[in-house]
Amino acid sequence: MSSVRCVDLRKTYRQGDQDVKALDHVSIEIDEGGFVCLVAPSGGGKTTLLNAIGGLDIPDSGEVWVAEQRIDEMSKGELADLRLANIGFVFQAYNLIPVLTAQENVEFVMQVQGVPAAERREKSMAILEEVGLRGLEDRRPAEMSGGQQQRVAVARAIVSRPALVLADEPTANLDSKTSDELMELFTELNRHHNTTFVIATHDQRVMRYAKRIVRMLDGRIVEDLEQDAA
Amino acid sequence: MRMTPVLTRLAWRYLWRNHRRTIIMLSAIAVGSWAMIFMTALTRGMVDQMIADGISVLPGHVQVHDPEFLNDPSVANRITIPDRELAASFDGAEFRAWASRVRVPAVIMSERESRGVTLLGIDPAAEREFSFVSYDEVEGRFLESPDDNGVVIGRKLADKLDTEVGKRIVLMSQDPDNEIADRGFRVVGLFEASMPSFEESFVFIGKTTAQKMLRIGEATTEVVFLGDDYRDVDPTYELVAERVDGGLDVRRWHEIDTYLGTMLKVMDGFVLIWVVVIFLALSFGLVNTLVMAVFERVREIGLMLALGMKPSSILAQILIESMLLLATGLLIGDVLAVLTIQPLQGGIDISAVAEGMEMMGASSVLYPKLYLDDVVLANVVVLILGFLASLSPAWRASRYEPVEAITKVG
Repeated sequence: MSSVRCVDLRKTYRQGDQDVKALDHVSIEIDEGGFVCLVAPSGGGKTTLLNAIGGLDIPDSGEVWVAEQRIDEMSKGELADLRLANIGFVFQAYNLIPVLTAQENVEFVMQVQGVPAAERREKSMAILEEVGLRGLEDRRPAEMSGGQQQRVAVARAIVSRPALVLADEPTANLDSKTSDELMELFTELNRHHNTTFVIATHDQRVMRYAKRIVRMLDGRIVEDLEQDAA
Repeated sequence: MRMTPVLTRLAWRYLWRNHRRTIIMLSAIAVGSWAMIFMTALTRGMVDQMIADGISVLPGHVQVHDPEFLNDPSVANRITIPDRELAASFDGAEFRAWASRVRVPAVIMSERESRGVTLLGIDPAAEREFSFVSYDEVEGRFLESPDDNGVVIGRKLADKLDTEVGKRIVLMSQDPDNEIADRGFRVVGLFEASMPSFEESFVFIGKTTAQKMLRIGEATTEVVFLGDDYRDVDPTYELVAERVDGGLDVRRWHEIDTYLGTMLKVMDGFVLIWVVVIFLALSFGLVNTLVMAVFERVREIGLMLALGMKPSSILAQILIESMLLLATGLLIGDVLAVLTIQPLQGGIDISAVAEGMEMMGASSVLYPKLYLDDVVLANVVVLILGFLASLSPAWRASRYEPVEAITKVG
């Protein structure tokens, strides 16, 4: 059963006087439990594809299906509900809410979902422990390093066990040890909870963990390879 | 409702993210709120005093006259019902007080001067509740009974007539046949009043003495009734109307003195206008604060939308932020207003401008009046208008596209 299905996606941005094709007839299907790395040079279209899958950006044409629902025709409210229930995001920049503590940031999605306070607290503390941030739960983003902030963002993305995690350069600000620990965590979630991961990255270390590598160039998929994950 | 705790927490934290801006805005709201309430209390105090003084001169919340008396206040238009019949009708009814009196225009003459005055023939015991004169503070003495042969006049009038306690004056008016009715009186007391004009205008003699002088038997010219609250005289009016002869004219005080009645109504409108004007000045700062607060966190709003927060929750978050800012500012302003008005309850001496105030019918001491209704009105109006003013920035924040907001360079 497919977790994500994109059919003939096209997306063009206007940049100065030029039209830039961010997605050029892109079709891709990712099964449940998939672990896919989107690899492309800067401007290759991987972030645009990730945003289209997450319902953050609407393609000019084509279809996007997530969890067997066509999302490119959904209203803003329906998309918000879909993201809340099914998708965890890790963005390229740190993207934490600066006025909330690490724990409150992790609890944020669960709070919006209506998870009871005790359960939220238990889950958030457990996930902070898993990402190595136990003891820093009361710190605000400004009081943490870039790597620590990224781990909080990852914790927030996976704490409510979404069926699909979309990560844009999740290891960009992490040292190699923390990157490996994070990818081990993703792999474990993928194996034990069948969580689907779609990760946009340049990082060779991240690619080692992927079951499938999709290479993009100028908005097109140029290579799609299955591989044995690390 | 589920989102309310998290939205409130976010709103409060965002409010204090930029301490300086929030403190400046809170100060502006607090000062504005204080000004609304303080000025309203001063104006209410002044108008209340004007109305209280006006009623004390009329006096009485509800009055009964011959239908022609208010157009032609002479004994020709008198009430011929004797006191004992009035007493049978009104004694025991639920009035705070009632009295019948003779009230006619007259001329007072000393050996040096003469003046036009309003002559009040009263029963001093029945009038004690109504009178603007404090009986115990009269120089000399006040009238002791309806058939007292003395006269009590104001200190200013005594000065004008160049007379004093113990001297004689002559009062002159007309009887029902338009013949001169006059009599000599000894001045037994001089009264002082909060309004200097009262001291020059009113002259008190015993009711029975007045009836004899004017040759009207047991007749009077007005019957007056006092209720509990001059703002709500209808219960008193209805009680009186039930008990009097249909041929007589029963009126509420604001129907007799339409200027004062109108002033009371205008005051309510004035308070609302004053609150709105102050709010309009505040609203520019409020909207600017919210627009800035939204603008500096566009990426975070995009993030929240991306994580699954609905646009309606973003809208609610900004509105809650605005309401928290306003409510905190209003609370500070309310406390400041109470703290500054309370020490002034004994009155503010404005005798330096007393003549100007008197032209408006106000006395030279201003007693600020803080009404809960006025405080509630100021707060509710500011909150409602603030809510409306905040809708635009809140709506704009909720309309962001997540991906555009997240990638916005900050």
